[in-house]
Amino acid sequence: MNKTTASRLALTLVLSFGAGAALADENADLVVNEEIEMTVRAPAPAYLDGHLPEILSGWLFRSDETQDLQRDDFDNPGMIFVDQALDQWAMVDGSEGKSCASCHDDPADSMAGVRAVYPKWNADAGEVRTLAMQINDCRETQMGAKKWGYTSGDMTAMEALISVQSRGMPVNVAIDGPVAATWEQGKEMYYTRYGQLELSCANCHEDNYGNHIRADHLSQGQINGFPVYRLKNTKLNAAHDRFKGCVRDTRAETFDPGSPEFVALELYVASRGNGLSVEAPSVRN
Amino acid sequence: MRITAITLGITALAAGAALADPVEPMSVKYDDYGAIETSLSGMPGDAVEGKKVMSSRGLGNCVACHEVSALADVPFQGEIGPSLDGAGDRWNEAELRGIVADAKKTYDGTMMPSFYKTSGYIRPGNAFTGKAGTEPLPPLLTAQQIEDVVAFLLTLKD
Ligand code: HEC
Ligand code: HEC
Ligand code: HEC
Repeated sequence: MNKTTASRLALTLVLSFGAGAALADENADLVVNEEIEMTVRAPAPAYLDGHLPEILSGWLFRSDETQDLQRDDFDNPGMIFVDQALDQWAMVDGSEGKSCASCHDDPADSMAGVRAVYPKWNADAGEVRTLAMQINDCRETQMGAKKWGYTSGDMTAMEALISVQSRGMPVNVAIDGPVAATWEQGKEMYYTRYGQLELSCANCHEDNYGNHIRADHLSQGQINGFPVYRLKNTKLNAAHDRFKGCVRDTRAETFDPGSPEFVALELYVASRGNGLSVEAPSVRN
Repeated sequence: MRITAITLGITALAAGAALADPVEPMSVKYDDYGAIETSLSGMPGDAVEGKKVMSSRGLGNCVACHEVSALADVPFQGEIGPSLDGAGDRWNEAELRGIVADAKKTYDGTMMPSFYKTSGYIRPGNAFTGKAGTEPLPPLLTAQQIEDVVAFLLTLKD
């Protein structure tokens, strides 16, 4: 390497370091496919008691390059999994000889608006259901098929397909009535300082969003974009996997994806995003 | 000559004994303001070592939350806590020792982790495995590492 190349390389390194570390455009607006206008900042719901001045999509905290990937479905690597799930939708599986399509026809019609209100109360089962729980219930009781792993590739892809039918609609989960106790449990968890580092979700995502913790630019930890495609592991990631990692990083004994605790936490965290658009599959680093 | 050598030998022995017998995390005496008067390891700190402890992810990782101009070569310094520049002017040795060992005794409810504490946690884990840990957990830093960090912090003067 000659001297000029070396110094040019050094300069590039300095510049790209600057870009990666700091430049996130928190004032950007998100329009997907020049068509779907996403609400990436919204008034904070009253039940947050003024803890947040406004609610912000995690998309705002990512670098310009990562933000761009979500502006067009041709650039969004998460859309491949949506296509795969659409094939899966029509595939017969299980003892009843049925596919999702047998009962739900075209997801564009049957699943529009569904993602926006989950987790929600299922009166027959008498439980709060996440989208993943509902999908598995249909597989098991309607199709006679095997349940998918809670955060498996099949599951996150199907969740993404269902979510896409609600893109741009405001998240609107119910927090009262039969889900009230579960919501309270989730809220309690959100403010609990777990692990040897004694950190709560709120320490990082409520008190310090916008700040860097080492190289990470902290967002509000919203889940309106889930499942998210991460450049880090090149696949769709379920919200419960994110929760699991965040609790583990406090040097705590974490909870299992699909556990009652994480279902409660999901309901509460989802409600903190009531008013933001459903964005899934969104793109993160 | 002979006498000097023997004296040196004894000093080293005494030091070795102190090293082997640090104040246990449960027995540390904090004053009303959260300060700790005497060395936790019985030994003086080494500022060069302290610098390493503060910068490395596997140890103190203090730069995850603090900016320190004297550690300018360490990339990605955080913005959660205040800059530590001038910490050696703002605090004396005993106060810094207290802050590093258990900052919650100085700042009620602070987000800063307690580096010399072993029990009283909610769902304590086995390091970063996500699995359960058994209390008492090993403290995040050893007594000597705390002393080393304090020695480095004392060099941070405006
Ligand atoms: C045999 C018919 C049948 C099949 C096959 C079936 N479902 Fe369902 N699905 C239902 C019924 C009935 C409900 C309403 C259930 C309830 O409310 O408890 C439902 C509800 C749902 C809901 C919740 C909708 C809402 O408005 O809350 C989702 C999501 C869903 N199904 C997804 C799927 C997926 C994905 C598949 C394929 C893996 C599938 N279903 C296969 C019958 C079926
Ligand atoms: C030590 C700080 C810390 C704590 C405590 C923490 N997180 Fe996170 N979390 C992060 C970081 C860093 C990221 C990645 C950057 C970002 O989006 O904030 C992240 C990301 C997330 C995301 C993804 C957001 C998105 O838009 O992609 C969610 C959701 C989340 N956290 C939820 C939680 C929940 C729930 C808790 C409590 C159980 C929690 N976090 C605790 C640091 C933390
Ligand atoms: C998770 C974030 C976090 C980590 C990690 C952390 N601190 Fe802090 N620290 C803080 C916060 C926040 C404060 C401010 C106290 C307050 O008001 O809560 C603080 C305060 C301090 C202060 C007093 C501030 C001053 O200069 O006047 C010192 C000294 C300090 N920290 C040293 C350290 C050292 C040394 C380490 C590593 C061994 C460390 N901190 C790790 C968050 C952190």
